Amino acid sequence: MLIATAMVLVMTPALGFFYGGLVRAKNTLNTMMMSFVALGFVGIAWALIGYSLAFSEGSGLLGSFRNTFLNGVRLESHGTIPHILFVAYQGTFAIITAALISGAIVERMRFGPYLTFVTLWSIVVYAPIAHWVWGGGWLGKLGALDFAGGTVVHINAAAAALVIALVLGTRKDYARQAIIPQNVPFTLLGAGLLWFGWFGFNGGSAFGANASAALAFANTMFAPSATLVVWSLLDLMRTRKTTAVGAATAIVVGLVAITPAAGFVSPLSAIAIGGIAAAPSYFALLWRARSRVDDSLDVVSAHGVGGMVGALLTGVLAEKSWNGVGDGALFGNMRQLGIQAIAIVATIAYSAVATFVVVKVIALGFNLRASVKEEGIGLDVTQHGEEAYSRGEGAILVHADGGI
Amino acid sequence: MKLVVAIVRPEKLNEVLEALYRAEVTGLTISRVRGHGGETEQVETYRGTTVKVELHDKVRLEIGVSDHFVEPTVRAILSAGRTGEVGDGKIFVLPVEKVYRIRTGEEDRAAVTPITMEESPA
Repeated sequence: MLIATAMVLVMTPALGFFYGGLVRAKNTLNTMMMSFVALGFVGIAWALIGYSLAFSEGSGLLGSFRNTFLNGVRLESHGTIPHILFVAYQGTFAIITAALISGAIVERMRFGPYLTFVTLWSIVVYAPIAHWVWGGGWLGKLGALDFAGGTVVHINAAAAALVIALVLGTRKDYARQAIIPQNVPFTLLGAGLLWFGWFGFNGGSAFGANASAALAFANTMFAPSATLVVWSLLDLMRTRKTTAVGAATAIVVGLVAITPAAGFVSPLSAIAIGGIAAAPSYFALLWRARSRVDDSLDVVSAHGVGGMVGALLTGVLAEKSWNGVGDGALFGNMRQLGIQAIAIVATIAYSAVATFVVVKVIALGFNLRASVKEEGIGLDVTQHGEEAYSRGEGAILVHADGGI
Repeated sequence: MKLVVAIVRPEKLNEVLEALYRAEVTGLTISRVRGHGGETEQVETYRGTTVKVELHDKVRLEIGVSDHFVEPTVRAILSAGRTGEVGDGKIFVLPVEKVYRIRTGEEDRAAVTPITMEESPA
């Protein structure tokens, strides 16, 4: 579990590289920082408040304040692992979920309001939904199957992404100029590191080096493989070329789709889930790029659509002979598919409404958007006072006394 | 013939290109340059090191035009490249002694007239 926790933590910097490669050069640092700062701000929010709201005993809707400020969290066992390790492991999930949202609002959101947003969002939106599914809340009791966070992480982040993208509006250049990725190798690097980290995300969700972890591990390998194959073929058929950005996206979509199913389905079913998940996300991406919705890095198409396909197929392909927990519709338990649908709808509804409230409350105190001029210059210089690719020509050293 | 050299803001390049296209100016060369024309420097900090960046990214356009195209070209750049703040750039109009089109060996006015506007060459 120590290693799994470290692997999930590295997924957030990996996401920074994935996203950072997809934006324009003048917004590279800003985009990557949106992921990196979640490691700090969401991490601390989780330790002080979020964990307690998500995992301490409470009602079906929300935990309690019993473990705030890590009160009462010591080295006693929590299931199979020490309680404090459980807090850390779950914290890495809260961090990456909040960071995922940033893909929808790159190249235009001011950084201060963003920090406020991810911090509040992890407490107000993430913690309750984590409680519903994993913390003893109503969806878990209903029997919703979400092995490693298809609904809690991906559908949740995607619903929030759609809302905040719509509230912020499109970038000034969106649909007016060609906005193309500045560094596709970064994106491939990010996708590769995400895959690596995801073995900790899904494998670790078995909370032990056991048979369930082995199944989740193997499924986390083969499902994205299948997505990559189907995606490449779709690319080939449509454009006669297999694209690198497409391959990186396919890997993420496959990982998202297998997340809820990882420890519940057979490896052959995992391959089916990965393969099937490619098409809806592929065509959602094409549609989105022509729409007026500037979900800039396609959080909804990758994580929302992929997450829903995965969550529903979990309800179809779950096999008790593999997981010891329950069967899906294909194995005679039609009810499971209905429960999965309820989990999806409830997550989207709560996440969308609560995210809207959080964003609007922040908008009362802050201007959310960078000015048109700042967008033109780029958010690296205007928000951070740094450049990703500075050349140093014409830079004059400023001495500590303010003189030159 | 004249050579129009314009230095514009990179974030305004697309609008300038669109305006030039509308003015039917289609042959041009651009390069990324850095320069300084009196705008306030931007301050950047890397760990303990603070620097003032005096040179700003700009785009340099070079457009060879026949005389009657000079005015529409300049007007397009003036209107599309302007934000009203210091740092919008400059336009220089230079005399040109001779122009050759390498593909055909055409000279002067024929060489700066886009092929779409001539009788089709073949």
